Parts: sequence; C-alpha cells; structure tokens
Amino acid sequence: MAMETIFKGKAWVCGDYTDSYKILPEQYWQGGAKVGNLNMEELGKHAMEGADPNFAREASAGKYSFIIAGRNFGGGGKSIEHPIIAIKGAGVKAVITESSSRYFFRNAINNGLPILICEGITSKVRTGDDLEVDLSHGEIRNLTTGVRLKSAPIPQNLMDILEMGGYIPYTKKKMAMESSKR
Amino acid sequence: MPKPMTLTEKIMAQSAGLEEVVPGQMITAKIGLAYTMDTLGKIVFNHLKATGATKVFDPDKVVVVFDHFAPATDVNYANLHNEVRRLAKEYNVRIFDIGNQGIMHHVVAEEGYLVPGIIAIATDSHALTGGALGAVVLGMGATDVAIAMATGELWLRVPASVKVEIQGSLPRGTMSRDIMLYLMGQKGWDGTKAEWAYQAIELAGETVRKMSMDSRFALCNLSSDAGAKNAIIPPDEVTRNYLKGRTRRTFQLFQSDPQADYADTISIDVSKFEPQVACPHSPDNVKPLSQLLGTKVHVATVSSCSGGRLEDLHIAAQILKGRKVHPDVRMIVSPVSQKVYQEAMEDGTFSILLRSGVLIGHATCGPCHGGQLVILGEGEVCIGSVPRNMQGRMGSPKADIYSANPAVVAASAIKGAIADPREFL
Repeated sequence: MAMETIFKGKAWVCGDYTDSYKILPEQYWQGGAKVGNLNMEELGKHAMEGADPNFAREASAGKYSFIIAGRNFGGGGKSIEHPIIAIKGAGVKAVITESSSRYFFRNAINNGLPILICEGITSKVRTGDDLEVDLSHGEIRNLTTGVRLKSAPIPQNLMDILEMGGYIPYTKKKMAMESSKR
Repeated sequence: MPKPMTLTEKIMAQSAGLEEVVPGQMITAKIGLAYTMDTLGKIVFNHLKATGATKVFDPDKVVVVFDHFAPATDVNYANLHNEVRRLAKEYNVRIFDIGNQGIMHHVVAEEGYLVPGIIAIATDSHALTGGALGAVVLGMGATDVAIAMATGELWLRVPASVKVEIQGSLPRGTMSRDIMLYLMGQKGWDGTKAEWAYQAIELAGETVRKMSMDSRFALCNLSSDAGAKNAIIPPDEVTRNYLKGRTRRTFQLFQSDPQADYADTISIDVSKFEPQVACPHSPDNVKPLSQLLGTKVHVATVSSCSGGRLEDLHIAAQILKGRKVHPDVRMIVSPVSQKVYQEAMEDGTFSILLRSGVLIGHATCGPCHGGQLVILGEGEVCIGSVPRNMQGRMGSPKADIYSANPAVVAASAIKGAIADPREFL
C-alpha cells in the first residue's frame, strides 16, 4: 500500500539556527550515536525542549502536526539521529524548513521523517495556522490564510525510503528482492 | 551535449549513470569507497547486519582504520576494538589496525584507496579532507555507511557549487589552513549561520595549483566545520604525482567546465595574509594572529587530520631547531599516520623535536578530541594545529582551545604564549 503523501494539521513555527541541541538537549543523547535502539516515545517527550518546553506535550496531544523552521535547522555538525527520533516521537508528521543542515536532512529521510525545504515559509505561516502539505508534489497550502507555497517535491527514490519507514528497512527489502531474483 | 557542469556535478553525474545533474536533484549514485573507524565500526557493522547483507559490495572499496582511541585507552575500548576486529573478519573487510593505524582521512589517501573522480563516504565529519584529490568525499552517519557497504550505492542530493579563486603567494609564517580559517570566520560554522551549508566548495586558482598535497589536504579539511557538503580541488600534475605508486585503482581526473554555474564565486588574494587563529569556543571565532600575541598557553600540539602531516612536522622542526620548548609548556606532536611517523623519524625531524623537549606520540585522533596524549585540566590553555576548538573537546570544559597553523603552534611553544612564527623563520 502506498504511503499517505498529503497531511493536514496545525503548524508550529520556530526561528533561524534551531540547532540539534535545541531540538533535543544533549542530556538526552545518552551514548551519542552509540545507542542502537532509541526509545521513540521517551525521546518524544523532550522534542524541541531547547526551543519551547511546552512543544512536546502539546504536539503529542495532537495540537501540532508540522514543525516550520527557519534557516539551518538541525545544525551543529552532529550526525546523531536522536533529534529526529524525538520529533517523530512527539507525533510530528513532517518538517518544513527554510534550509536544513545536511546531516539533519539525511537523517530525517533515513529515519522515515518527511522533510521539505521551502524558502520563505516562516514569513507565510504562523504557529496555529492550519496547513495541508503534499509531499510528492511539494505543495504547502496555508488553509488559514489561503496562501499556497511551493517547495521541491520529495522525489520517488526518497518517497520509496519514507514509505518503508527508513533506509535500513528499505535496503533490507531491496536486497531480499534482489537475492530472490538470482 | 550535456550542459556545462562543475567538478562536483560531473563526478555525481558519472556515479549516478546520468548525462547531467543539476543542484538540488536527488540521485542514487555508486559509492567508490566507504570507510569507518574504531569508535563507530561496531554500529556500522550492526546496521550492515540489519540490512540482511552477508558480505560487503566490494572488499577493495570498504576499509576500517583505527584512529579515535587507538590503541585502546581503557577496557571498554579494548573490548570494542575486538568486536570490530571480529566483525571486519566476518565481512572480509581490511582493518588498518595498531601498527598500521593512522587518521583515516589521511590513511585512505596514503594507501591508495581514495582516488580522483569517485564518491567516497566516511562516518566522520572531517571526511572532506579527501576532496583534495579531486574526489567527492562526504561525511555520513553510520546508517548511510552501512547501506553503502551493503549495496555500493546511496541516495544523494546534488549540491550547488561555490568557487573560491585563490591568488597570490602565501607570506612567510602562513599556511593553507589560514585561508580556510579566514573564510570560516566570514561564512560561519555549522552551528550558526553556516552560509556554506549543503554546498560544494571548489578551491581553485594559482595559489592552490602551487600547493603541495599536504597543504591541499589541510585546506579541504578545515572546510568541514563550515557545514559544506564537500570540498574539492581540481586534480592536476600534483595530484597525479601523489598517486604514483600508491594506487592500483583506475581513476578519472574531471575538471569543471568553463561555463559551469556556481551559486557564488569568491576571489581572494592571500599575498598580504597573516596567520589566523580560531579562538574559544567556536571554529568561526577567528581573529588575526596580531590581536592575540601574548596570550599565555600551557599546551601546544601539532597533530590531527588537519595539522599532523609531514609538512606540518617540518615547519614545527624548522622553528624549534636549536631552541627549547618553554618550561611552562608541554608540547606534544602526533604524526597523522605510521608512514608519516617513519618519514619524520628517518629525515631527522624527530631528533630536532626531541632535543627541543617535545613529546612525540603515535598516530591517533586522540590529541584533538581529548582521547589520549592531550587532555586539558581546568583553566588550561592549548594551542593546536587541530580542526576544532569547541568547549570541553580536549577534556575540561573550563579549558580554552586555540586552533592555528603548526608554525604558530611551535612559536607559541617556545614563548609560552601565542607568538608570531615570523620571529623564528
């Protein structure tokens, strides 16, 4: 079954340079990248804690579905995957940023968290606005204001990874299919 | 006819089997080399197992180099190393283990695994070093490296390219890294504005063409913390000569097309440059040396993936020859690899350093990340030819780290305070 590619829900907006440490304070990184199985539910309780201590509770209760962020979201030079797991754990459906750090973008896709880059989004969306986000067409509709925004769509090779829930399950399936062909 | 492309775009197009690529495009590309180290090796192999792979895609294109805590510094690392050794054997992957160890970003070039024209990836942000050979070399998480090891390919976003045209000859006492430190000060590091985030930085111009490979590696290395995706230098005769006798791999020397599109072009003339210093606690807190003269230091280190090459050891020895390290300073040198260690021993560099009162350690990342050889206590100040200076990186969070070229480090070791190497050259 194909993954749902159109999401609806409310936006939560944060500013420029919200780095890895603000998304998830370092005290929750436990063991850095050494942790094999991250506890999504537990990390989700602390999502965005460095930017807004109320976010995780409100997002988990269904108040927000999208994180809208400014420039260089997830920066700080860290390749750790905890911040992404925390965002997923809080129930966020997609992240839309003006720009994103490279590691954050990769790790989001690799862990099955949809991410779109949309220049100008922070000036067109306010916290609490209702959005409709179409991943595969790269379209963001602000239902509260009526403004439509375009971003680069998520291409098929990345949608395939998101659909499988991440890069490892995707690769596992692909390799199993290839070996059954032989 | 494909459209004009930059060096990085050409390598990505070729690796993806496409005639052309454009910035922002998501491709699936062949990976020509995947490498990891002692600290993340176990996670990489465990992810590799999770994909169901029973072997790596090509044993000649996957390698493990022990460098971060090599040799093991405690029982946990000893056990971790043994685990990585066992897994590497199971997957028939070569390890550069103790005795052949060195900092991975240098070892993969030195040993001929990294060649021009390929895409290479490593589980470490300083992977950008290898772009000096005219390859696209990227830092990745353990997941990505494991998947590349299993399948030989990865999804990649084609970055926009920025061209830095460097002209003029570097004045006495300055080195290639001063150019990148200066630019880092302007462009910001990955934790802040990071104007270069997700871009390919192409380093070109007369100054780069005249640089040795050692200088080119240092130049690319320093760009890692600017948030760039990769740094790259157009391959030429210097590249070709470096590769002679090192590699049996075939390789391609791509060049940017004259009409290629760049997101930005920066021209700098370095002929009036002075040494640059990154001050506590951020790599982009860069000041010219003249503003920092006299700052007291307790530790001086010439080491790491950014400043432990033969050229770095040579300039330190040239300054220290016939002089002594200040009695209040500990100076610690760690060559970047076993091969560089041997060369520095055989050409007399070590004798000069030893007579000056320098401790010569083995090849490891230890001095730069506070793992071994350099560990700072509270209130201590270190100056090192290292890439990073974040708070607490070398031990105590109450220590200060200045990062500078090895000539500045050696001069400061003699004076016991940040000093100008031109006094001794």
